[in-house]
Amino acid sequence: MTRDEIKTIALQELIGVAADLAGETIPGDAQLRDEFDLDSMDILNWVSALHKRLGVDIPELDYPRLVSLDATADYLLERL
Amino acid sequence: MAWQTIQKPVHNPFQRPTEAHQPVAAQPPPALADYAATRATFHWDQARAALHGLPDGGLNIAFEALDAHLDTDRADQLALRWLGRDGQVRDFSYRQLAALASRFAHLLQRLGVAPGERVFSLLGRVPELYVTALGTLKAGRVFSPLFSAFGPEPVRARMEIGDARVLVTTESYYRRKVAPWRAELPGLAHVLLIDRDGDTAPDGTLSLAELLADCPDTGGLTATRPDDMALLHFTSGTTGRPKGAVHVHEAVVVHRLTARYALDLHPGDVFWCTADPGWVTGTSYGIIAPLVIGASLIVDEAELDPTRWLGILQDQQVTVWYTAPTAIRMLMKLATRDERGIFADYDLSRLRFLASVGEPLNPEGVVWGRDVLGLPFHDNWWQTETGGIMIANYRSAPIKPGSMGRPLPGVEAAIVRHTAGAVEVITAPNNAGELALRPGWPSMFRGYLNEPERYRKCFVDGWYLTGDLAQCDADGYFWFLGRADDMIKSSGHLIGPFEVESALMEHPAVAEAAAIGIPEPTAGEIVKALVALKPGFAWDEALQRALLAHARKRLGPAVAPRVIDVRDNLPKTRSGKIMRRLLRARELGLPEGDTSTLESDER
Repeated sequence: MTRDEIKTIALQELIGVAADLAGETIPGDAQLRDEFDLDSMDILNWVSALHKRLGVDIPELDYPRLVSLDATADYLLERL
Repeated sequence: MAWQTIQKPVHNPFQRPTEAHQPVAAQPPPALADYAATRATFHWDQARAALHGLPDGGLNIAFEALDAHLDTDRADQLALRWLGRDGQVRDFSYRQLAALASRFAHLLQRLGVAPGERVFSLLGRVPELYVTALGTLKAGRVFSPLFSAFGPEPVRARMEIGDARVLVTTESYYRRKVAPWRAELPGLAHVLLIDRDGDTAPDGTLSLAELLADCPDTGGLTATRPDDMALLHFTSGTTGRPKGAVHVHEAVVVHRLTARYALDLHPGDVFWCTADPGWVTGTSYGIIAPLVIGASLIVDEAELDPTRWLGILQDQQVTVWYTAPTAIRMLMKLATRDERGIFADYDLSRLRFLASVGEPLNPEGVVWGRDVLGLPFHDNWWQTETGGIMIANYRSAPIKPGSMGRPLPGVEAAIVRHTAGAVEVITAPNNAGELALRPGWPSMFRGYLNEPERYRKCFVDGWYLTGDLAQCDADGYFWFLGRADDMIKSSGHLIGPFEVESALMEHPAVAEAAAIGIPEPTAGEIVKALVALKPGFAWDEALQRALLAHARKRLGPAVAPRVIDVRDNLPKTRSGKIMRRLLRARELGLPEGDTSTLESDER
């Protein structure tokens, strides 16, 4: 899987968690919590959706790395 | 399983209970050494006398928090250390914070904001938030904080009800959450942006930094009276719009007393309250109480990140930590008594006292604190209306894991049954009833703004009814059982179903809506909504997604439902009231209880 494919999946799953993001333009480096109003429960739900979709284990200690779509794609690429 | 009471060693109550930690510096004796003796002789006048006060019986929260320290050697001590998300650190001494508060107080006067008028903040945990709060209080204007994860509708409802005169916020929050409806709130005279950029800034906004630079950094104090309005904290209702609980300057009597008795705060302590000032805990204990005591307050801009949090506890040498069950439950996943994980890499030996609030802390959490952090968590109980901690586990007293503890000296609590305008106190131990408090403690709310009828209804037969169900054991420890109403508690925050349902009803497809809380291991409860559709609409995934999106856009993640499901019809009483309790019981497979008032059932 390419980084772009992973990023697309991450975005799809993010919209699954925060339905209001459908149709929004989310720059790859945008801080998701701040600029797109995600809270800790959203991140938890996103992690579990990514795990289900990609089979990647994301330990709790790594959640803070999922700050933007770019950072998340990089992180997932490392773990896949 | 039954949980064992955690006894505090009598021979040396200050010794750490585990050997995993290095010896620590001498610790101060507990601020409340003998619960029973203190309670027996306590009078609120003693607590009032412990404050500085103003001439002629005046009292001002910001004066107690800041100016009162300026002629002591605490003046140049660290009052607030701000830890930015990106690693930036900003320190403020008591003198510096007092000067900033003075500037803000002068600014409000220059802007023509009258005493008693409301100044709202919609900010993350940034230094400007603390300056706004303290400057507003110093000026004798009223501070009302909004949680930054609220969407535009909760923000608007609160600013309308509170008749906001000033809003301090960021450009981004303003554009997304306020600008679309600002024209409909003509009373909002000034919007002050902390990050205003002259070139691109929205119309009708001012730069906070530019305005403050021009204001004097001394004075600005308004000699408020103890019963002048100081804080307006919103709380949700089951039936109706949010309520603005009015708190007065005299609340600081309780802030100071509880900081000592329930949090064991001493001057010079390094105190970290993880609550956001958008909620009452984050204001009473995340701003006011530690400053009144003369402690150093740690503020972290970032959200929960276990590695970061352990780093803060260690590096800032935090001595007293006040946090919430949702955070504790997240941390509990990372370590056990035998497998300490990353906790083994940190020196937490400076910690002296741990406390928790927001919702009942599971007994597992209390004991986990002892096993992994070397100290048990002390759970305590209070709510927006009480203004300060009312029931607590104390440093000097045994902890019963799962119990909220015993009432503060000066606070009379009881379990009551109330029927038709009369209250009967249940004195036999271990009987369920509603938790009630005898009015008269200084931080008691003095009204719901402009809603005297809703305020009056909280008091029956000489008791304030809290809306929480609880029981009291033979030793006088109180145990939370649940809410007496349909309120939802998610991540420690009270969410009113009415606010959620109103937003859903605005969607053209929705005929009826009900919001209920369903259990979730980390947040305690999450919001689930059930809707019935108008004729001509069919339920499918696209509509479900559209409703979820609609609710999040209006309400924000803190309030919006995480799950929405459909019913043909929602169960209602004869008067047309949706029976949320019945819906919830069915969702959870619980007994349905009394359904005698059921008129039309769900399909």
